[in-house]
Amino acid sequence: MSKRMTAAFAALVISAGVAGAPGAASAQGVKIGLILPYTGPGAELSPQMDKAIDLYQKLNAAQIKPYKLTIIKRDSKAPNGVAAKIDTQELLTQEKVDVIAGYIYSPDAIASAPVVTAGKRLAVIMNAGTAFITNLSPLYVRTSFTLWQSSYVMGEEAAKYLHAKTAVVAYTDYPPGKDALNAFKYAFEHNGGKVIDAIPAGGPEATPDFTPFFQRAKNEHPDVLFVFVPAGDQATAVVKTYAALGMKAAGTKLIGTGDIVPDNMLQGMGDNAVGLITVHHYNADLDNPQNKAFVAAWKKAYGADSTPDFTSVGAWDGIAAIVHALHATKGKIDDGAAAVKSLEGWKFASPQGPIEIDPQTRDIVMNEYLDQVYKGSDGKLHEKVLATFHNVKDQCKALAIGPCAPKK
Amino acid sequence: MSVAASPADDAAAAAPIENPAARALMRRHRVHGWEALPWLAGIAFYFAFPDYLSFGCDLLVTILFALSLDLALGYAGIITLGHAAFFGAGAYAVGMLATYNIWTEPITGLLLAALVAGVIGFLSGMVLLRTRGLTLLMLTLCTMALLEQAANMAAAYTGGFDGLPSLPIGPVFGVFAFNPLYADTQYLFALSVLFVCFVFMRTLVYSAFGQSLTGIRENILRMHAIGSPVRRRVLICYTISAAMAGVAGGLWAQTNAYVNLSALGLDRAATVLIVLILGGYGRLYGAFIGAVVYLALEHFLAQIYPTAWQLGLGILLVFIALFARGGILGLAEALWRRYSGKLSRRLRAERAAP
Repeated sequence: MSKRMTAAFAALVISAGVAGAPGAASAQGVKIGLILPYTGPGAELSPQMDKAIDLYQKLNAAQIKPYKLTIIKRDSKAPNGVAAKIDTQELLTQEKVDVIAGYIYSPDAIASAPVVTAGKRLAVIMNAGTAFITNLSPLYVRTSFTLWQSSYVMGEEAAKYLHAKTAVVAYTDYPPGKDALNAFKYAFEHNGGKVIDAIPAGGPEATPDFTPFFQRAKNEHPDVLFVFVPAGDQATAVVKTYAALGMKAAGTKLIGTGDIVPDNMLQGMGDNAVGLITVHHYNADLDNPQNKAFVAAWKKAYGADSTPDFTSVGAWDGIAAIVHALHATKGKIDDGAAAVKSLEGWKFASPQGPIEIDPQTRDIVMNEYLDQVYKGSDGKLHEKVLATFHNVKDQCKALAIGPCAPKK
Repeated sequence: MSVAASPADDAAAAAPIENPAARALMRRHRVHGWEALPWLAGIAFYFAFPDYLSFGCDLLVTILFALSLDLALGYAGIITLGHAAFFGAGAYAVGMLATYNIWTEPITGLLLAALVAGVIGFLSGMVLLRTRGLTLLMLTLCTMALLEQAANMAAAYTGGFDGLPSLPIGPVFGVFAFNPLYADTQYLFALSVLFVCFVFMRTLVYSAFGQSLTGIRENILRMHAIGSPVRRRVLICYTISAAMAGVAGGLWAQTNAYVNLSALGLDRAATVLIVLILGGYGRLYGAFIGAVVYLALEHFLAQIYPTAWQLGLGILLVFIALFARGGILGLAEALWRRYSGKLSRRLRAERAAP
């Protein structure tokens, strides 16, 4: 009896000590499990996100105090979810992390969803863009984007701003591409346009020869050719093929999501890219104080030729979300439900402009920008914002289309 | 562990055979004491590393998949680069039945997976087993690519690239539910399935049927000459191998609770081939050794060096390709022969000395 009393007393003392810890002088360690593809086809994207996370910690050391972030990195390998799921499980059970973050590819987040739910820890999706992912676990919060956000706005503006009547869509044949197609088509046709052809243009792994796809589009004489390809080498090939086929002279405008003019590849596209119109939530030339500071700090840290892109901003906002949840829960971020709750409706001045986490869907609400590429007086390519669309929600979930509809 | 005891063993017990060659042949297929080791290790792993069971499940599934490949490649000599076709068929069978709430019971689910994969193996085998060598290799690859593309195009049913998430898999025997965070039930279930399949496979390859497969691998003309129904045997073997790969795929889908295109890809087919060659093909236990070495190395190197782990794996594979063509087991066997040969020579010399 007395032994039990002693034990209870000891437990009381210890728990009181733990509860008092954040106020104490010593920093409370917080473990973040970061799951990104460090090898395989996604390996070139991970450094852009790693750099953003490092930079945030360096520039915002004062905001992070009194907590100390420890980042444990794991490789999600091939973009199929197999490794990411085991990573998630082991980070939760072996490393006992307080938060999970990362996920560049949608299958990684999709496969890991049941583990995240069972692990009861906040998981911040920093890139994966398939719209319905946030429905899969109540602990997912997304700070990146969905393809529906950019493509939907592009569909509206193709009809309203560019006064296009007909469009052909060429898309990479995997879920983000299909999301882009569906969103564009929905918005364009609800604004009086007509999608006359949808051309699947190869898979995400290798860069196809776009000539046959674009030639088919050219023969159909649409007003606009809407293209979605994953940001990367494919984008350069798209712009090149469009120019080589002389489609501009034939009266077809090339439009797309910002993925066809990624910030870190823009300079390599040359004059062919000048005049392209895209919709995206970020470009490195955005004129707001947060972005100016962000890009300047980036160039200072990583060299003048290095440019942050939308994946960097997704990671930046993700780590900012974690820091917010940390303060809002007074360090008890390992209570996943409370951490998620603290992020519902969270507002943040991001380099991409003001963002908010939708309390209903835990998905990001942000500005989309209608951009045009131009050649600056410095001889380099830049993007100027033609129009800004405020507080754009993921329309797939708002309209409850297909798998985005909440499960019964 | 006496499952594999054949009538011949009983006969041997009744009437001791004097001929040492005959005795050696009888002894070859007896259950050895050391054969319990992998299973004891499997059970010990469960208790020793409760945090690694998810990885353990992956390991067991890979062993089962490599075993199925061993039956086709190692025993019957069917050179295939598309075995993931059957793995994927089994995985999608389980996944689609579960997603649409048609069938979620795991054990019968695996039988259905075996059936689907077996049928595909039988049908494709009827066509492609008429060819040999590089043509056969290309055709197996084509079969897999066709299935993969079919799964990609039927995205409305298969989920395409994103796959089918959060499969509702029923509890084993209606009691033991799968645990998403600590994969304890999954691990024991996978270990049991692997054991059953292994016993089946061991019995099969040591049977007269299995011996005829080895004959076909070693000298197909001679097997034709002695009147063995070669094509039928090879087709049956391919079908069984496909069904077993289907069980591995179904098990993978159940323990992970999702299916996606990675179940069908060249990545998976190539990995399992490397695993088998690394361990040593045509040896039953090659699949075990290969899977454990390859996956453990990959897993722990990737944990320590998330960006550079492939280097370590590459060095190992180069080493195996250069110095150990028979895989790890082949290397061990060669070393053992050399050592025991020396030993017996020395013994003989000692005996001859006085």
